[in-house]
Amino acid sequence: MDWINAIVQGVLVGGLYAMFAAGLSLIFGVMRLVNIAHGDLIILASYLAWAVVGATGVHPLLALLAVVPVMGSLGYALQSFILNRTLGKDILPPLLVTFGLSVILQNGLLQFFTADSRKLNAGLLEISSFNVVQGIDIGYLPLLMFMTAVAIIAGLQYMFYNTATGRAFRATSDEPEIAQLMGLDNKQVYAKAMALCLGIVAIAGVFLAIRSNFDPFMGPGRLIFGFEAVIIGGLGNLWGTLVGGVILGVAQGLGAQIDPGYQILAGHVAFLIVLAFRPTGLFPRIAG
Amino acid sequence: MSDILLSVKNLQSYYGDFQALHGITLELKKGQVLSLIGANGAGKSTLLKSICGLVRKKTGDVKWKGDDIITLPASEIVKRGIALVPEGRRLFPSLSVDENLRLGGHVARLGPWSLSSVYNLFPILREKRNAPSTSLSGGQQQMVAIGRALMSNPELILLDELSLGLAPIIIKDIYDQLPLITAGGMSAIIVEQDVTRALSAASHFFCIQEGRVSLQGAPKSYTRDQISKAYFGT
Repeated sequence: MDWINAIVQGVLVGGLYAMFAAGLSLIFGVMRLVNIAHGDLIILASYLAWAVVGATGVHPLLALLAVVPVMGSLGYALQSFILNRTLGKDILPPLLVTFGLSVILQNGLLQFFTADSRKLNAGLLEISSFNVVQGIDIGYLPLLMFMTAVAIIAGLQYMFYNTATGRAFRATSDEPEIAQLMGLDNKQVYAKAMALCLGIVAIAGVFLAIRSNFDPFMGPGRLIFGFEAVIIGGLGNLWGTLVGGVILGVAQGLGAQIDPGYQILAGHVAFLIVLAFRPTGLFPRIAG
Repeated sequence: MSDILLSVKNLQSYYGDFQALHGITLELKKGQVLSLIGANGAGKSTLLKSICGLVRKKTGDVKWKGDDIITLPASEIVKRGIALVPEGRRLFPSLSVDENLRLGGHVARLGPWSLSSVYNLFPILREKRNAPSTSLSGGQQQMVAIGRALMSNPELILLDELSLGLAPIIIKDIYDQLPLITAGGMSAIIVEQDVTRALSAASHFFCIQEGRVSLQGAPKSYTRDQISKAYFGT
C-alpha cells in the first residue's frame, strides 16, 4: 500500500511540475525561445506572494489576485523591452540573455529577501486530507494543485485551438514573416505570450511556496523539472506536458519510497530513459 | 492626380549589404492591373516585398494615396489596404483552411470579401474548410493564399508567382478568376515568370532587369523581340 500511496502522491505533485512546464512549453512553441530564467521567475513569484501575505495578512491563495497580474505585466514588459531584441535567426542571444537574467534574479532576491528560506502558510488547507482507502490519504492542497494544473492545461489548449489569440500564436509560430502580412505585430504577439506564461508562473510559484520551503537559489532546479516534464511529454503537446509532469512526479515518489536520497535521482533517470528511447517525447506533436 | 493609388519613386532596397533594387519608379492607378516581368533574381519579388513592408532596408519614396509608407512595418501597411500573396503560398501549416482565411480577416477592413464570398469564389475550399492547409493540393493551397489576402479587403493585391509549381490547367483556372477579383475596382500587381500569361492579364507592364526597370508600357506597343531583349538583357 505504501507503493500505491507513493504513486498517488507522485501523480498529484506532477501537477505542480506540469505548471512549471506549461509556460516553458508555451514560450518555446510560440517563439522558439528557451527561457533559462523560467525557474527563477517562479521563485520571484513565490517571494512576491510572500511579500503580499506579509504586508496584508491575506491567505496565500488570495495573494494570487495580486501576484498573477503583476507577473503578467512583468512578462509583457520583459518581452517588449528585452527579449524581443534577442530574437532572430541565432538561438544563442536569447539563451545568454535569459541566463544573465537568471543570475540577476537570484542575486536580486538574495539582496532583498536574504538567504533565509521562507514558506507560505496556507493554514488548514495544508494539513487537511481525506481518506480514500486504508493507507491512502489525499491532501486537499496536492489535489487542488493537480486540479489547477489540469485547468491551466485545458484552458491553454482551448485558447490555442479555439480563439483568435490562439490562432495568432500558432500562425506566428509557423510563419513569423507571413503573420505580419495578416496585420499581426509579432513583437506584440510574443509579449502577450510571455505575459500569459508569467501568469501561469505566478500560480506555480504560489503553490510551490505553500508546499515547501523556498530560497533565492531554488530556480534552476525548478527549471530542470519543467524541462524534463516538457521533454518527457513531447515538445508542443500540452496534454503531453501534463503526463510528463506526472511521470516525473511518480518517478520521484517511487525513488523516495526506495530511499529518500533517491527522490531527485529517480526523476532524472526516468527522464534519461525517455530521452534515450523516445527522444521526441512520449506524445510528440503530430507533424502537419 | 487623385486617381494615383501607389507611387514609387527611386526605390532602392537592400538585403544586408546586397543592393537588390537600384532606383525603381512606377505608378499605379486605382483599378489598374500591372504586371512585373523579369528573369529570376531580377528583383520582382523584392519590389513587392518592399511595397508591402517585408523588406525594411530601403530608401526612396513609396506613397500610398499620398501618404508616405516607406517606414511602416508590414503589419501596418496591410491595414491601409495592401495585401501580398507571397511566392510559394506560405500558408500557416498548423492552421486549417478556415483558420488561414479567418486570420487573413484579422485586419477587419470593410469590403465585399468575407469567408462566404471567398468560398463562393473557390467552392472547393468550402468542402475542405476544416482540413489542415498542408493536406491540400498545390492549386488549392494557392486558392487559400489568394483568399487569405482577399479577406483583408485590400485595395491593392500583390500576387507573387501564382503559377509556381502548378499544372498548366490549374494555372489557367486561377488566372480565370482574376477578373472576378479585380471587378470590384481592386488594383493588382502581378509578378509572373510566364511572360505571355503576365502580359495578357494586365493593361500595363514593367520589365525589371538587375534591379532596374528596363522596359515599361502597354504590352501591345512592343514587339516580342523588344520585350525579350529587356527581359534577358542581351
